[in-house]
Amino acid sequence: MGRTSPPGDARCPDPPTPKPTLRPVKHFLLACLLAAAALVAATARAQLTIEIVGGSGTAIPIAIVPFEGEANFPLGISGIVEADLARSGLFRAVETGGIVPRPVRAEDVRAEQWKARGADAVVVGTMRPLGDGRVEVRYALVDVVRGGTLASTQYVVAPAQFRATAHKIADEIHEKLTGHPGVFSTRIAYVAKQGARYQLVVADADGADPQTIVTTNEPLLSPRWSPDGTRIAYVSLEQKKPVVYVQNLSTGARTAVASFRGSNSSPAWSPDGRRLAVTLSKDGGSQLFTMNADGSDLRRIMTSAGVDTEATYTPDGRSILFTSDRGGSPQIYRVGVGGGAVERVTFDGTYNVSPRVLPDGKGMVYVRREGGRFQVATLDFATRQAQVLTSGPLDESPSIAPNGRLVLYANETGGRGILNAVSIDGRVKQRIVAPATDVREPAWGPLVR
Amino acid sequence: MNRSHAALAAVALAFLLGACQTTTETQPSAPIDDRTAAAGTTSTGSTGATTSGTGSSGVSGSQVPGRTTAGATADPLRDPASVLSKRTVYFDYDSFIVKDEFRQLVEAHGRYLASNRNARMVVQGNTDERGSREYNIALGQKRADAVKRMMLVLGAQEAQIETVSFGKEKPKNPGHDEAAWAENRRGDMVYSGE
Repeated sequence: MGRTSPPGDARCPDPPTPKPTLRPVKHFLLACLLAAAALVAATARAQLTIEIVGGSGTAIPIAIVPFEGEANFPLGISGIVEADLARSGLFRAVETGGIVPRPVRAEDVRAEQWKARGADAVVVGTMRPLGDGRVEVRYALVDVVRGGTLASTQYVVAPAQFRATAHKIADEIHEKLTGHPGVFSTRIAYVAKQGARYQLVVADADGADPQTIVTTNEPLLSPRWSPDGTRIAYVSLEQKKPVVYVQNLSTGARTAVASFRGSNSSPAWSPDGRRLAVTLSKDGGSQLFTMNADGSDLRRIMTSAGVDTEATYTPDGRSILFTSDRGGSPQIYRVGVGGGAVERVTFDGTYNVSPRVLPDGKGMVYVRREGGRFQVATLDFATRQAQVLTSGPLDESPSIAPNGRLVLYANETGGRGILNAVSIDGRVKQRIVAPATDVREPAWGPLVR
Repeated sequence: MNRSHAALAAVALAFLLGACQTTTETQPSAPIDDRTAAAGTTSTGSTGATTSGTGSSGVSGSQVPGRTTAGATADPLRDPASVLSKRTVYFDYDSFIVKDEFRQLVEAHGRYLASNRNARMVVQGNTDERGSREYNIALGQKRADAVKRMMLVLGAQEAQIETVSFGKEKPKNPGHDEAAWAENRRGDMVYSGE
């Protein structure tokens, strides 16, 4: 139940004392027993499961051999690593049974055996109890096609950190074999609706360990992670109007940073985490402003006749992309954070909204309407080339993974909201399902440091 | 056994929450690391958090609507025979124009506000389910603003009317067809104290 700390640094022969992660959680449970009971009941129902809908034709075949000593622990490591990699759609698990003796170190791996099974890479490892409750986890990633060990890492962790350790290993394997960092250690936020109740939930990227951070009987929308992952900005209608809150994830304390007369919505963090862009109607119309993350130092970006909303910062922090109907139909534009010249970004079609700039700043993900269908697409800023990633009809609220390789988005199936993920090339699709719950408004958290 | 205990706990909790009159609670997430874990035991009370935004709404101090200075005996806002008892304006798709059929209704409320200076109103704009949630918040705002502008022409004061938007978040009809959408593209006029 308790979230685990990230595992100790790789290759650290004498890591610092493990963090007693379970104790504060237990303390908290005692402190607010009833609330926690409700939390557990609610989050158990909101647990997400992920199904691969379409895979990549170029999935990397990888054999993940069960770690030596793993059978002594109810929650192992290798199974979680394999599930992470398979779920990404970029890897295909190769059968590991029947190879005797089972390899446990890089030097044990006989390349020809694995090549015969079609594997390009093999993962082996060991789990050894240290006697003080901690466990030494070693693993190696072996390239059986070109030969050589691509990664070899040792962790010393408490059993509560097994899951986090497995995600870290999967991240490393992902990076070694695809060239892009994995996002298995990241977290996501989403809004779950059950009956009249709305909950803002934070969970691991694989849906595990969901924690409800806000519960209200009015709609919640637009959760946005601060770049350091410690706070979430969101919009709540609990005051019978949209108000922007910033909530600290570790303390649960929150501030209404924008609750002006009229509507307050669409928060976006600056890349340095110091400022928020918001849409306010306090001075008439829906207009863009920036403010400090505590709500102070409010500045209007520009004055326009139409609707301006859905601000998002570029990674360099200097410009803002936003949706505006100033040209008659909703299109995406770009402006400097301090105002100035406005440049139109989308020209194709009559409905282009919800811009999210890719981490490299070279393009964006957005939602476009074509033939009545709302679809998630990418646009390359240099070539102006658009690529549609999803089929609609009601796809919305895209959120880009911090490695820029996947996009989370929401739509409806059978009258219920579900989350989906699609790879940035549109080839791999995942459906993320929470039984008996309407889920929407996904937001991918930053990479764990 | 377990299930009935859980149900009891849920009922007890629901009762407790109801008794506290809170609609919102914030929960600390699990600790991210040791330094912040200790802080995880202190949660800001929901009352403090939910009250922090009401100061600027400008509608809290108003008189009960209907208590007119003219000393009217019946409240026209609640009289089914009065046009003032109707509060909803419906819009066409992608439109922010108050249609002729709703002109009389909006103008009646405008005149009511003009002659009842203590009355305060919130116009809540809404959209159908199609399109971006945040863009729909802005579209609903545009609808609420259109209703407000019409009332200002009739002599209502700026300070009497706050316009807000629920976007597509609070549909009146949960359906997914044109009939449902038509019911959801609307502006609702709500007087303070209602």
